Amino acid sequence: MALKDSSEAIFSESPGKIALRILRKDKRAKISLSILGVIIFMSFMAPVYSHYVADSNPFESSLNATINVHGVEKPVLEPSTTGLGLGVTPIGPTWNPRSYFLGADGQGRDVMARLLYGGRSTLLIGTTAGLLCILFSLLIGIVAGYRRGWVDAVLSRILDIIWAFPVYLLAISLSVVLLTSGLTIGFIHLGPGSFALPILIIGVVYIPYVARPIRAQVLALREREFVRAAIGTGAKTSTIIFREILPNVMPSVVVFIPIIVSLSMLTESALSFLSIGVQPPAASWGTIINDGLALLYTRPMVGLAPGIMIVLTAAALNLYGDAVRDALDPKSRARGD
Amino acid sequence: MFTFIARRFAAMIFVLTSISILVFFIFFATPGVDPAARIAGRNADQQTLMQVRHSFELDKPLPFRYISMMRHLFVERDLTSYVNRGAKVIPQLSQAIPATFSLVIGAAILWLFAGIFFGVLAASSKRKWIDPTISFLGIVGISLPVYWLGEVVNLITQSKLHHSVFRWVPPLGYVGLSDNPWQWFLHLIFPWLTLAVLYAGIYVRVLRNEIMVVMGEDYIKTERAKGASEKRILYKHATRMSLMTIVSLFGLDFGALVGGYALLTEVVFGIQGVGKLTFDSLQNFDLPVIMATVMYSSFFVVFMNALVDVLYAVLDPRVRRA
Repeated sequence: MALKDSSEAIFSESPGKIALRILRKDKRAKISLSILGVIIFMSFMAPVYSHYVADSNPFESSLNATINVHGVEKPVLEPSTTGLGLGVTPIGPTWNPRSYFLGADGQGRDVMARLLYGGRSTLLIGTTAGLLCILFSLLIGIVAGYRRGWVDAVLSRILDIIWAFPVYLLAISLSVVLLTSGLTIGFIHLGPGSFALPILIIGVVYIPYVARPIRAQVLALREREFVRAAIGTGAKTSTIIFREILPNVMPSVVVFIPIIVSLSMLTESALSFLSIGVQPPAASWGTIINDGLALLYTRPMVGLAPGIMIVLTAAALNLYGDAVRDALDPKSRARGD
Repeated sequence: MFTFIARRFAAMIFVLTSISILVFFIFFATPGVDPAARIAGRNADQQTLMQVRHSFELDKPLPFRYISMMRHLFVERDLTSYVNRGAKVIPQLSQAIPATFSLVIGAAILWLFAGIFFGVLAASSKRKWIDPTISFLGIVGISLPVYWLGEVVNLITQSKLHHSVFRWVPPLGYVGLSDNPWQWFLHLIFPWLTLAVLYAGIYVRVLRNEIMVVMGEDYIKTERAKGASEKRILYKHATRMSLMTIVSLFGLDFGALVGGYALLTEVVFGIQGVGKLTFDSLQNFDLPVIMATVMYSSFFVVFMNALVDVLYAVLDPRVRRA
């Protein structure tokens, strides 16, 4: 026993392992990961729910359908009785998972089923755009910081320009031009309904937020003794970057991931809310909130439910981000918070 | 100081030029997109298309068109819309600016006060539950989609409760400050609160962490060793130092707000500002208006950033030499 103890004392853990151990014990990490797990699982099961449980097609309007609520046959879209009697009031939440659990939207589509499908779009676009952004930023940050000179100057100026451009305005300009016709570069054609467009747009706009700190870090790392030693021993550039630089910028990159994914998700839903993100009939949490705008005072659930999902997901991601940051940052640990 | 301002000014001109070129390219030179069809709006007839091609001089080379476009936007300011036949774009824009400024400035005052107050409280409070509670509320704040929060606020203030508790809340919209100051205030109070929540969340988090970091610095230890009271250390040194970060953050956010969350807030609360103008133009694909709002707003952002940098250099001499 004594021998084992001493061996543990000699072979100290790697920083990554220490961080992981702290993270595993972190209550915030546990809570946020479980929330995220449930939301991802629910969204993943969207086709199963709409096909087997609710038995409705969330992408087709059903204007004349009726459903049975507590033995009473009711139309999904009831002709409006207030005001001029124009328009329709969709059915409210039945709280019965088998039919219109959260009610119907203005076109008689099952809100619950759309909510789950919407989660798929929002999570998929948010995550992909976020990871794409991190990847690009890593590339730009390392190249600019390591090469320095005119490469750095050019890349930094480009980052300055994107940085100064208000995020939503850049996204609006790009979307308004691209979303109606799609993008054609050479033989690659992205259709207007493709998710690739919002992913690319969102992925690009946040690059400066991540690339700038990475560049600054690489710039500082390049002057450190161990990197100079590697250069002095004649190591290849690729070896230096992958063995010396990359492992040292990874902690800050890891901290950025949940924050950027959450930001991308919020941006996606905002763009979809403005009708320049995910295009109908596809759903995202943003488009459903937009659908709910017209029904706000009669059927508030249509707009409320997707918003609650966004808040839950974004808050869980940010909470997880805090936990990761504290686990990786020895200073904050020393501070005892 | 003078060289710093000159250098910052040159950088600003560079970024302004690049942004205008970028916007121009997005609207006029995106591969596979016909700009005439975009500008003319949906389902435009051949004649309108011809008119657009003629008035925007689409047959001329790109650099020529860029210069003529900038002239129409900033010098002659006579850019006209094709969706709303003959409507001049720039007057629409300048009419919308006061509403946006009212919204943004009011919200900024709210979130600065809330952010600083709760940030300092979280960093300094002796009671154990305060810091985690404020941190948690900060996370909720930054996770709220502002347009959705606005809808929830509308649902509360404009629906059933509108007949009792919130009877004093006017219907959605905007009243000019010079028309009726009291109505101006009443119309904006909930939009201000909504917009301020997100940024208050960010500022609380940033300020709290910043104070924590500064509290670990050597000069704070020195201060303590000299026997300064904890209060003096917190306010005179830690908070003051951390506010520097807030100043630079504020410049960035305040500028970016115009083209970001303010747009969404205006849409939800029906405030006829620049954001609502952009949104309405987006709905009927009125490209000249969108181009003008994008151009003017991003210029405002760049200008604000430059201004903040100069102010920062005035406050902190170390920056000037960097």
